[in-house]
Amino acid sequence: MKKIFQLKATEILKKIEENDLKKEEVYHHFKERIEKIDPLIKSFIEVYDYYPTSKGVPVAIKDNICIQGRKITCASKILSSHVAVYDATVIRKIKKEGLLILGTTNMDEFAFGSSCENSCYYPTKNPWNLEKVPGGSSGGSAAAVAARLVPFSLGSDTGGSIRQPASFCGVVGFKPTYGRVSRFGLVAFGSSLDQIGPITTNFTDCAYLLNIICGFDEFDSTSANIEVPDFMKALIEDVKGIRIGLPYEYFQEGLNEEVKEAVMKVAKTLEKKGAKILDITLPHSRYAIATYYIIACSEASSNLQRFDGVRYGLQIKEKEMLELYRQTRKEGFGIEAKRRIFLGTYSLSTGYYEDYYLKALKVRTLIRKDFEKAFSSVDVILTPTSPTSAFGLGEKIKDPLSMYLSDIYTVSVNLAGIPAVSFPCGFTSNDLPIGAQLIGKPFDEATLIKVGYTYERLCKDFFERIPEIAK
Amino acid sequence: MSEFEVVIGLEVHVQLATSSKIFCSCPVEPEAPPNTNICPICCGYPGTLPVLNKKALELAIRIALALNCKINKKIYFERKNYFYPDLPKNYQISQYRLPLAEEGFLPLENKKIRIRRVHLEEDAGKLIHKENYSLVDFNRCGIPLLEIVSYPDINSPQEAFQYLNELKRVIQYIEASSCDMEKGTLRCDANISLRKKGEKELGTKVELKNMNTFKGVKEALEYEVERQKRILQESKKVVQETRLWDEKKRKTFVMRKKEEAHDYRYFPEPDLVDFVISEEMIEREKEFIGELPYLRRERFKKSYSLSEKEIEILISQKRLADFFEESLKFFPQEKKIANWIIGPFLELVYRLEKGFDEVKISPENFAKIVEYFSQGKLNNLGAKKVLSLALTTDEDIDKIIEKEGLGQVSQEEELIKFIDEVIEENPKPVSDYKQGKKTALQFLIGQVMRKTRGKANPKIVSSLLERRLE
Repeated sequence: MKKIFQLKATEILKKIEENDLKKEEVYHHFKERIEKIDPLIKSFIEVYDYYPTSKGVPVAIKDNICIQGRKITCASKILSSHVAVYDATVIRKIKKEGLLILGTTNMDEFAFGSSCENSCYYPTKNPWNLEKVPGGSSGGSAAAVAARLVPFSLGSDTGGSIRQPASFCGVVGFKPTYGRVSRFGLVAFGSSLDQIGPITTNFTDCAYLLNIICGFDEFDSTSANIEVPDFMKALIEDVKGIRIGLPYEYFQEGLNEEVKEAVMKVAKTLEKKGAKILDITLPHSRYAIATYYIIACSEASSNLQRFDGVRYGLQIKEKEMLELYRQTRKEGFGIEAKRRIFLGTYSLSTGYYEDYYLKALKVRTLIRKDFEKAFSSVDVILTPTSPTSAFGLGEKIKDPLSMYLSDIYTVSVNLAGIPAVSFPCGFTSNDLPIGAQLIGKPFDEATLIKVGYTYERLCKDFFERIPEIAK
Repeated sequence: MSEFEVVIGLEVHVQLATSSKIFCSCPVEPEAPPNTNICPICCGYPGTLPVLNKKALELAIRIALALNCKINKKIYFERKNYFYPDLPKNYQISQYRLPLAEEGFLPLENKKIRIRRVHLEEDAGKLIHKENYSLVDFNRCGIPLLEIVSYPDINSPQEAFQYLNELKRVIQYIEASSCDMEKGTLRCDANISLRKKGEKELGTKVELKNMNTFKGVKEALEYEVERQKRILQESKKVVQETRLWDEKKRKTFVMRKKEEAHDYRYFPEPDLVDFVISEEMIEREKEFIGELPYLRRERFKKSYSLSEKEIEILISQKRLADFFEESLKFFPQEKKIANWIIGPFLELVYRLEKGFDEVKISPENFAKIVEYFSQGKLNNLGAKKVLSLALTTDEDIDKIIEKEGLGQVSQEEELIKFIDEVIEENPKPVSDYKQGKKTALQFLIGQVMRKTRGKANPKIVSSLLERRLE
């Protein structure tokens, strides 16, 4: 018989409902696993005590989503003492559903990073190889799920922060369409790019969690008042006639051979099931990283201004107001946060605005149009999630540019505001997971679920394999 | 004075009359105890997002229309970034590159003052400075403000004063703001420069802040005209700077020089979407505008034979002018109605705690009182008494008169009874009168009036008495 941690979240739910499992038993099972395994991985920031809920299935939350009465730190020293005074909309929905919030997960400070090394606490390690990073910024959420310390979790994705760690950790990470999930209560990084999404071990749990968190919210002006389909109904094995595009630009120089092969194999597998594989082009892809970092950092520089030591969080006491600001922010922000504040402040400054921010907005439109055009001939787009599998701890932290490039295949999706999912599609010769990315039309998450689910049924092992230290 | 021309532009902020703040549902009550009308949204807590209060947008459109502005069909907000402790997000959600409305005008008596732009934004909190620390009250934070920027079309402090009064009247007419400068629902900064007459180029401008009344604005500008004139007459240069008006010292003082200007790094607010302003929305707001005070003034001048001063008082408030015109329908004598409104009516209204808000009397009943007075059915005192009783109740006028016994006693028989009594009771004054002492008559009239408890018409009493004593 399978142990609890080997079960899907939806299977645990069913067993609880059928009285085969007790809610407290489930909680303690995962709590004990965290106590035993997490000291090696360090995926959690805080683990909560048991409290009664109606469904009892545990979920972990990235530490940039507000849970009333709980610490919300964004893995930043500047917020490390801050307690949220309200529930984020997604938390309200999760509480209403009756899931058990197990605790908060580690991340790059304010979601700035692709390795989870920019946390003010500790870097999280990849459960498949403790010398490797779990990816970022939702590294804690992905590593915890990969190590089966929690059945599923929530992350946030501004430029790949759900998908890239999901790919490094061999799990499913879904970024919904911009506007599909309310951002109310998500501490903003790049407001026009941020989106909350699920990290799971499989597509069934992914559909289940999407059903809970999606939907219009009057507290978020950018949330879309569009009907949400039942994603559980998209869990069907059928890709007949589905047109899958392979963008030329995503398979060029810089892409690791093993990753390339694995992704091409996904295409073949789906083709055998009746999907049509088509070559497409997304010509403005090469401007995506530059465009993304200008827009994301500009918004971030403004969003982070509220952390000034006046009302909440860290305060370095000084006689002069300006000194209080300076010292608090100097002490409170890590190096990557400061770098992005500088970048953003620069590109919004008078005299540079037109050359940087405004130009980036124009390129963003071109990138969005690339996708619109592509989607006139295909239903989904298949790409690698990241150019490589998980890289080494410390390997890129001193070289921000190479770190930024690990998001080269994910940032365009955020710029275009469209949905995408990363799912496991194989392992490298040194046993690290490889992730493939499926990109969909706006608000067509269901097709991504359908294609992903079909693939999952065909290649179960990639989804069910568990890291050695987690067995 | 004659050698220089004064050039003034005004930047006015009005607090829109919404019941909740512009981006959250906190009530607009800045006077409440500090930090009681606040929430995570207006205090900029991590993760919160703004949602535009539609009512604020509607009132803003209404004002823009009343100021004859061109409304931009699609608008968006921008962030104005600067660090200050009264600004919880350290950016203000405002409008910059594309304001709500542009290119309007406000007519004054002899000229039009053009409006450059009108834009919507959120208010900041209030700092309270103590001896060696400061406190901040966020109650005001997030209250909707409309900034109204004029062109430098104003040529004297007096004209600035007129502009402010007219602007206030217009906005009050359309019920979009209370425009009370002392309560801070209207704030005004002024830009002023001088140039030689005939000169095309504008002189160096100085920005004036910290004026708390319209009179203060006028005085600060007058002070500044003299100060700049002195500088220019000495062939020196005016320094571009911001100066604060000191109400007590009646002088302006330097606040900051130009070079300390901020780079606000404006960029479109990504937490809010673009707003399309539909024709329906504009049409709906137009209906609230009706006849503006300056148009009404012109019509009153043409239609009624009233003095300018009377007209000015009547149009000063929309409901007063409405009340006047409604009453006129029931008793079409404009002079009499106007007199009674400007006199007894307003006197009573000013004494009410909530002023006009408490007034219930219908124009019909008001007109009846004026009519009864003109017919001699009520004397002056009686009419005032009836008015004071009906003002906040709108009770039937005839019933009040009956209940209070205020109908004038003009029936001769009744009066003669009283007159005979008085003659009998006062032989001395009667004989005095008969011997030619005319003042004695006044005494006797007074006695009769007392007997009727003031209800008689003194003129009638006088003629009856005279006849009786012949």
